[in-house]
Amino acid sequence: MGLFALFSRWPLLRQLRNKDSTALGETAMSARSEKLAPRTVQADKVVRSICPYCAVGCGQKVYVKDGRILDIEGDEDSPISRGRLCPKGAASFQLVTGTHRVTDVLYRRPRAMQWERIPLHKALDMIAERVKQARDSTWESHDDKGRTLNRTLGIAHLGGATLDNEENYLIKKLFTGGLGIVQVENQARI
Amino acid sequence: MPGLGISFGRGGATTFQQDLANADCIVIMGSNMAECHPVGFQWVMEARERGATLIHVDPRFTRTSAMADTYVPLRAGSDIAFLGGLIHYLLENERYFHDYVVHYTNAPAILREDFQDTEDLDGLFSGYDPETGKYGPHTWQYEGMDGVVPAAGHKEVFSEPGAGGHGKVRGKHITEVPRDKTLQHPRCVFQVLKRHYARYTPDVVSRICGVPKELFLKVAKTLCDNSGRERTSAFCYAVGWTQHSVGVQYIRAAAIVQLLLGNIGRPGGGIMALRGHASIQGSSDIPTLYNLLPGYIPMPHAPDAQRLAQYIHNNESASGWWSQFPKYIVSLLKAYYGDAATKKNEWGFHWIPKLTGDHSHMSTVANMADGQVKGYFVMGENPVVGSMNGALQRKGLQKLEWLVVSDLTLTETAEFWRSAPEVLRGDVRPQDIQTEVFFIPAAAHTEKEGTFTNTQRLLQWHHKAVEAPGEARSDLSFLYELGRRLKKLYADSREEKDRAIQALTWDYPTKGPREEPEAEAVLREINGCTVADGKPVSGFTELKDDGSTACGCWLYSGCYADGVNQPARRKPGREQTWVASEWGWAWPANRRLLYNRASADLEGRPWSERKKYVWWDAQRGRWTGEDVPDFIADRPPSYRADKGDRGLDVISGDDPFLMQADGKGWLFAPSGMMDGPLPTHYEPLESPVPNFLYGQQCNPARHEWRRKDNPMHRAWGDPRYPYVVTTYRLTEHHTAGGMSRWLSWLSELQPELFVEVSPELAEEAELENGGWCTVYTARGEIECRVLVTERMRPLRLGGRRVHQVGLPYHWGYTGRVHGDSTNDLIGFTADPNVSIQESKAFTCNLLPGRRSHDRRAAFGWEPWPLPPGVVEVPRDLEGVGPPEQPPQDKE
Amino acid sequence: MGQKGFFTDTTLCIGCKACEVACKQWNQLPDDGFQLTGMSYDNTGHLGSSTWRHVAFVERPVPLPTQTVGLLDFSWLMASDVCKHCQRAGCLEACPTGAIIRTEFDTVYVQPDVCNGCGYCVAACPFGVVDRREDDGRAWKCTLCYDRLGEDMTPACAKACPTASIQFGDVDELRERAQRRVEQLHEKGLEQAYLYGADAENQPGTGGLNAFFLLVDKPEVYNLPPDPVVPTMKGREAWVSAGWGALGMAVVALGAVLLGREVVRG
Repeated sequence: MGLFALFSRWPLLRQLRNKDSTALGETAMSARSEKLAPRTVQADKVVRSICPYCAVGCGQKVYVKDGRILDIEGDEDSPISRGRLCPKGAASFQLVTGTHRVTDVLYRRPRAMQWERIPLHKALDMIAERVKQARDSTWESHDDKGRTLNRTLGIAHLGGATLDNEENYLIKKLFTGGLGIVQVENQARI
Repeated sequence: MPGLGISFGRGGATTFQQDLANADCIVIMGSNMAECHPVGFQWVMEARERGATLIHVDPRFTRTSAMADTYVPLRAGSDIAFLGGLIHYLLENERYFHDYVVHYTNAPAILREDFQDTEDLDGLFSGYDPETGKYGPHTWQYEGMDGVVPAAGHKEVFSEPGAGGHGKVRGKHITEVPRDKTLQHPRCVFQVLKRHYARYTPDVVSRICGVPKELFLKVAKTLCDNSGRERTSAFCYAVGWTQHSVGVQYIRAAAIVQLLLGNIGRPGGGIMALRGHASIQGSSDIPTLYNLLPGYIPMPHAPDAQRLAQYIHNNESASGWWSQFPKYIVSLLKAYYGDAATKKNEWGFHWIPKLTGDHSHMSTVANMADGQVKGYFVMGENPVVGSMNGALQRKGLQKLEWLVVSDLTLTETAEFWRSAPEVLRGDVRPQDIQTEVFFIPAAAHTEKEGTFTNTQRLLQWHHKAVEAPGEARSDLSFLYELGRRLKKLYADSREEKDRAIQALTWDYPTKGPREEPEAEAVLREINGCTVADGKPVSGFTELKDDGSTACGCWLYSGCYADGVNQPARRKPGREQTWVASEWGWAWPANRRLLYNRASADLEGRPWSERKKYVWWDAQRGRWTGEDVPDFIADRPPSYRADKGDRGLDVISGDDPFLMQADGKGWLFAPSGMMDGPLPTHYEPLESPVPNFLYGQQCNPARHEWRRKDNPMHRAWGDPRYPYVVTTYRLTEHHTAGGMSRWLSWLSELQPELFVEVSPELAEEAELENGGWCTVYTARGEIECRVLVTERMRPLRLGGRRVHQVGLPYHWGYTGRVHGDSTNDLIGFTADPNVSIQESKAFTCNLLPGRRSHDRRAAFGWEPWPLPPGVVEVPRDLEGVGPPEQPPQDKE
Repeated sequence: MGQKGFFTDTTLCIGCKACEVACKQWNQLPDDGFQLTGMSYDNTGHLGSSTWRHVAFVERPVPLPTQTVGLLDFSWLMASDVCKHCQRAGCLEACPTGAIIRTEFDTVYVQPDVCNGCGYCVAACPFGVVDRREDDGRAWKCTLCYDRLGEDMTPACAKACPTASIQFGDVDELRERAQRRVEQLHEKGLEQAYLYGADAENQPGTGGLNAFFLLVDKPEVYNLPPDPVVPTMKGREAWVSAGWGALGMAVVALGAVLLGREVVRG
């Protein structure tokens, strides 16, 4: 910092220059305050999303920097929500970035007292084998009157109301269309 | 949502949230919209600011009531009496919209002579089969009909054995149904309706609901004053209406009110179904429901659908939109099985598993508790907290061989084997629980792309912002990988049973470093394409029944028209008209307000300038207006069907409900409802009072699970459980808490479970504000804090005082804040149409202080017997009611 | 830049607390503990160092004239409270370190990098808004999203508010809008509606609030002071009084001396 600059930062001079007689305004402003800017300006992209809670379907804007979420707020462009969010929608930043998220695949052996970590691909192999075993051992090709059933009641599924349509489509297609699982449900039935 | 589907043709909200701003009166009932849908509520507030009257009818005074012009307290579980009272009022005082009712509803249709009403049979309709505990709809038909008039709503009903008619012929006479447009014929629907509700007078409403007569009349008058040519009124409801043993009939009752007032298909009118999850509408449209295939195509029932021809025969309607049924099912099978689906093998129809009865969630869990289910996938749900009789749910999980839970956090369902109350108490040891549990961390909405369908049938695409952390993956990715593995495991099989999984098309393109499947490719499949060149179709009218098109969900067809992801459209609202047709994409065919042909009069002119929406442009020979017209675009108002016409030709120019076989809004439902053609007041399974109107106490067609681990109270006036209880959500939490109870910002706002009681009840039960209370039913007991509030009031039913209490249900045993689960108090009982539980009205008792034992019937606790001198009372007339079930739970 | 502020119209508040959470999210504030207070639906209690918007819930045995509520004399009022950004801000004037400044938007901002946690501002606020955080001792309160204003972004609470109960804008324009709103409510029959702190005339003790409110009951009902006075408001008066006092004492002293001399002389 040059001498002049240093001198010009002298509060009394600034006070005079800014006509800030009480020195409660700009004169008292720290360097941090002067440079203050919303963190959203650092975002390298703004991604359009939809709130995951209730079914109002509020628009959300997700601000991302270096692959991390900086902020989630309402999308003013949405004709339904007009940028507004309820407390849950406003908390979705914490929902997706919070420490409560489990990011490992966990496995509990029969009769075990705790979880253990296993790799995803191994879990998928194990689940696929169990599906096959359960399906094959409970398969009903016909009922007692000889009518075709082509199904299993040995496996069931619950969930869907919080998933994407594409996910629900694959659930029904794979479980019912492919494997003959009838009991595909989500508890909110109406 | 068959209540709406049966009445109007489609199982979705008839309008959209923004349109609520156009209403002159809004009745919110069975919903706490300000708390559960705050951002949608802005449109209600906007209407209020524009001068509309807001009425809230609810057992509790909530944040919605605080905003209302009129708040009406009523007894939980008595809404049909209230709505029936409205119907009675507007028929008796001739306040219905005459021209609309005569031309757009089935009011003039004449019914068969052998139809008998609940007035004739003390609470029962004709057609009841005491053997099965079910109704057959044959006596509910229009006169002269051959077979059963097909309902458009939930089609599964028709593949029920015996319920279906004969598709090719049953609609033959639809244009010849005798009608009396003077509405005078004693057997016309209008007169039947009048008789059915003759006793639902303001005095009776007051007596059943506990609503002061003057207040009821004020509501009735306000509603009528704000309906007609110049004005419209809207209804909003949510699970406060649906979660009852007569739930679907609640919505039917509102549908009748709105049809009589001429409020359907018009701006500011309609019935807004407020749904509680981001894509719950989507999970009915592309169903994760046992009885449906995508687009409300029914799952085949074994007795009725051994061959495709038979199945089509039973489901195709000779008239109305469902005449297109063969195109939709064949295109779906082509989407599922690709080249393996050929005309010769009936497009693979036999690979679709067949139903033999109720396979709904509660049946599944009951079977699970009896050890009949080996494996269970739970994805993004938490039944241990969110479903009724949570202890019985946990008992079911203990009997599984394996459980897969996919979620963001370790929910109560994932942790049932180590943190559940019975485990902590030592009644059950983890070492004794055999269940293998897999927890798959799920990707959040910001970490995957795809569509949600919101409460107004609007598909909105959400883009991916970041990669999911660690091994978290989207359910799409999980299912895709699981499917690939299973296809591999079954690749070499020669067994017929494995042909379906071999044939299943599963070659989705992948992208990104993790090679995850592309959601957009799935959306393309849902939209449908021509098989030959894979080009997306522009809508369901292009689908064929010859195998030349494939379509995953006909109802969503058009969402990828022109190869464009339509749900991803985001033209700002302020740059469009208020209808905002270029934001997202709504089913069907991007229509925002359904049945909007009804916004114009018989000649196709708007009923009034003020309520102008869609009208006939005679010069261009087309329907036009603010929205995509919900009608055959070039069919003039003057068009009349001929006797010989079939399919869509049957729809006349003044038939605004084109999904329906007769093109009319159904005041009376000749088919489609499992528990009667007209809504009737039945008491909840657990009530403080006997049914004031009929000898039949409860819904005669309801589902019950009579099990030791699911005990019920005395039908009414059980001295052990004197208080009415209703459950609900709070703004600050979400359903079973998996997405809210872990977040500090939400948890601090509502940290603990509480029970809301009136000052009078607090005094009677010796409860202190902020203190502890134990709430118990025959299913078990929970503890919570007490909120004493003037917002809860004892009601007067005749001379009797009835106390109601309220319990939110968000808490469980994991999370940043925890507490007992309210749903542990609720028994398994269900409505017969959709198998929904009765959690909005049952009975309980309260004790001051914390619980001492944490008792649960599902884990061996036996509820106290009735006191000496008090005997059980029947829920049904003699010989009526759900059939005795084989004894279960024999341990 | 102009004067920026909030007009909080409590007749539009549905008590959803979106403002509380949106504020916590934007400002990354910690929770305030997980205790049920038993006070209606309010579990955060009051404004504090980590709660910069707070929704009050008032269950009162008084009906609203515009509402028919069953058989009860009852209404449920909700109001979102916030720092008032007073024209004469006690905190600002009490701050000895220059940590609190008046920004170019005429809002009052605590600079966390300057604040040394002396706490003078806490006592100087007539509304009990400013609060020191236990862990770092510094004073915290609503910044009126000072960082966002620079980029012309609406403060987080006002943006989130689903029913436009919290309105953000130029104070002059907000005042006009609020006045019209009061008139409109009076026409509708809600004669109790009035503005709290809209300007200096309305609230001389603070010189008017940049974040003012529309209320329908006495301020105390919402836990707001009926007649807030910034301590420094009396500063000039105090100095003048002190001056008069000193002068008086001087006169007395002088008189005593003169009088005494005469007595001596006499």
